[in-house]
Order: sequence, then structure tokens, then C-alpha cells
Amino acid sequence: MKFITYLSSAIIPLLVLFIVGTAIARRQRVYEDFLDGAKNGIRTAAEILPTLVGLMVAVGMLRASGFLDFVSGLLGKLLSATGFPTELLPIAVVKMFSSSAATGLLLDLFKEHGTDSALGQAASIMLSSTETIFYTMSLYFMSVKVKKTRYTLAGALTATVAGIIASVFLSGIW
Amino acid sequence: MNYLWGGMIIIAVIYGALTGNLDAVTDQALSSAKEAVSLCITMAGAMAFWVGIMRIAEKAGMVNRAASALAPLLGFLFPTVPKDSFARRYIATNMVANFLGLGWAATPAGLSAMKELKRLEETEGRATSAMCDFLIINISSLQLIPVNIIAYRSQYGSVSPAAIVGPAILATTVSTLAAVVFIKIRQGCARWFLKE
Repeated sequence: MKFITYLSSAIIPLLVLFIVGTAIARRQRVYEDFLDGAKNGIRTAAEILPTLVGLMVAVGMLRASGFLDFVSGLLGKLLSATGFPTELLPIAVVKMFSSSAATGLLLDLFKEHGTDSALGQAASIMLSSTETIFYTMSLYFMSVKVKKTRYTLAGALTATVAGIIASVFLSGIW
Repeated sequence: MNYLWGGMIIIAVIYGALTGNLDAVTDQALSSAKEAVSLCITMAGAMAFWVGIMRIAEKAGMVNRAASALAPLLGFLFPTVPKDSFARRYIATNMVANFLGLGWAATPAGLSAMKELKRLEETEGRATSAMCDFLIINISSLQLIPVNIIAYRSQYGSVSPAAIVGPAILATTVSTLAAVVFIKIRQGCARWFLKE
């Protein structure tokens, strides 16, 4: 356990050390290469700023209006017959739009039901194994000015639902 | 995309008006815009740093080697993307970064991959099949260690915060397998239609 946490925190510095070390050993002009790349990175970040503002505003407004809670409440009624724990639904739905909002809900759930409870475990696994579908799709497609996304949403939802089902199953709730 | 975004705004305002949450909607719109800008500034720093490091790795030939290690897998998943294209290299970087949980490193590579995929095939606002397949795999998010979730768990008094690592790897594998099956069936159908 300690080893895994250590490994996770050491992985980035080690990777940087490995890359820079190898390049210096090859007598590369590391600093000039770095600046060249950094310039590109700044440009990419500046290019996606309008997209980010547009998306986060829309998601924020939707959340504040109470609509997201309404949708997950509705889905909860539909799903209650299958025995899917309704406490997990808001997290599953919100995670599709916003990672930070889902994290907020996760911490709420930890406080209410306990971090090591079956629900806490299921939510942790769920957030580890799913992505922010709508956010990612918007960001990636808008960056290349694509409007028709075809079957991407269907495929992404298939993968996410499979991940959610696996999470609930593995936490022993079902 | 236009409908999705427009729909979100319209629903938010109408639903907010109906439930009396309009003030909250306005506040949230402004504070989200602010949050987006500060997120972008943080990201700009991280991206400048990471893309800089990646450029060093690229010049040293390391990205090529990682991409060629992944070549058989990429050939299987994205048969229409040419072997030695930049698109494949960026897809490989994106997958490696995602796998290691380096989200901030994965995004620049992923966005570059989309740009290269667009160059391969003129799209006119329509996603190419390669773009769709790539995004589906990307969203299924194969991740080795969910670093941030472990951090939250230990902060909230878990007896063993990393206990979810094993199940999380299983669950993420399941979702990625579902994605692979989906795009393989899609590609199979496309070939079948071409033959007809």
C-alpha cells in the first residue's frame, strides 16, 4: 500500500528525470527543445480557453438550475426496480459532465455513508473507471471544429455504462 | 454540438425560472466563467511544462519508441490510421499518459492527435471514423492508478485508501473492453457495407 502511494507520487518526477537524463546523455540541446515545446503548450492552452468558458458556464448553469438533480432523480425511479443503489446515480450522471462536480458529490457521500462503506467503495471505483464524456467530447471535437459527432456518444456511453455496472458489482452491492 | 450546447443553456434558464433558481443560475454562470479562466491559466503552466518535456523526449526518439511498442495494438484498434503518421504517435502518447493517470499530459497529446487525424482526412465539420474510434477509446479511460481518488479517500479517513486499486483496474478494463468491442463491431459493419 505505502509502496503504491509512493510509486504514484514518484512516477512524474522519475519520468522527467529519465527523459531529461537520456536527452543530456545524447548531447541534445535540452533547454532549447523545452522552450520550443513550451511555446506550443501555451498556444494550445490559449486556443481552448473560449471552449472551456463556454462549457463550464453551460454545465454550471445547468447544475445551478437544479436540472441535473431532476434528471438523476428521474433515472433513479426508473432504475430502482433493478436494485441499483440510487445514492450513486447523481455521481454517475454528474461525472459525465464535470469531474470536479462529481468529486464534490463523492466527498459528500464519504461524509454521509463512510469512506469504507460499500457505497463509498463503489463510488470510488466508479469515478476511477469512467470519464467526463460530454466535457471530453466537446473539448476534443471543438478543437478541430467538428460539429457532427456521429456514433461517438453511443460508443462512449456503452463503455461508461459497462464501467458503472462493473463498479457496483465489484463493490459487492449486487 | 450547437444543439447540445444551446440546449444546455436554454434548459438551464427555463428550468431555473420554473424552480425559482434563476439567481443561482446567474451567479453560477459568472463564477463558472471565472473558474474556466483560472483553470486555463493553471493548465497553461502545466501544458507548457509538459509539452516542453515531451518535445525533449520526441527529439531523443523516445516517443517514437513508445509508439512503436504500441504499434501492434494501434494497428488493431485504428486500422485506417497510417503506420508512421504523427496521428499515431500522438494517439500513443495520449494512451500512455492516460494509462499512467497523467491527465494534464494526456490532453495536449489528445488534442494534437485530433488535429493530425483531421489532416489525414478532410472532414468539413463531420467527425471521421478514426476520430470517433479514438475518442471512444480515450473516454473509456484505461487507468493504472487513480491517484486523486486515493488521495481523497485517505483524507476522508479510509482505513485503506488504496484498497480500490485492484477493483478499479478491473472496472476500467471492463469499460475499455466494452469500447473495443463497440468500435470493432462498428468497423466490421463498415467493411460489410463496403462489400455489398
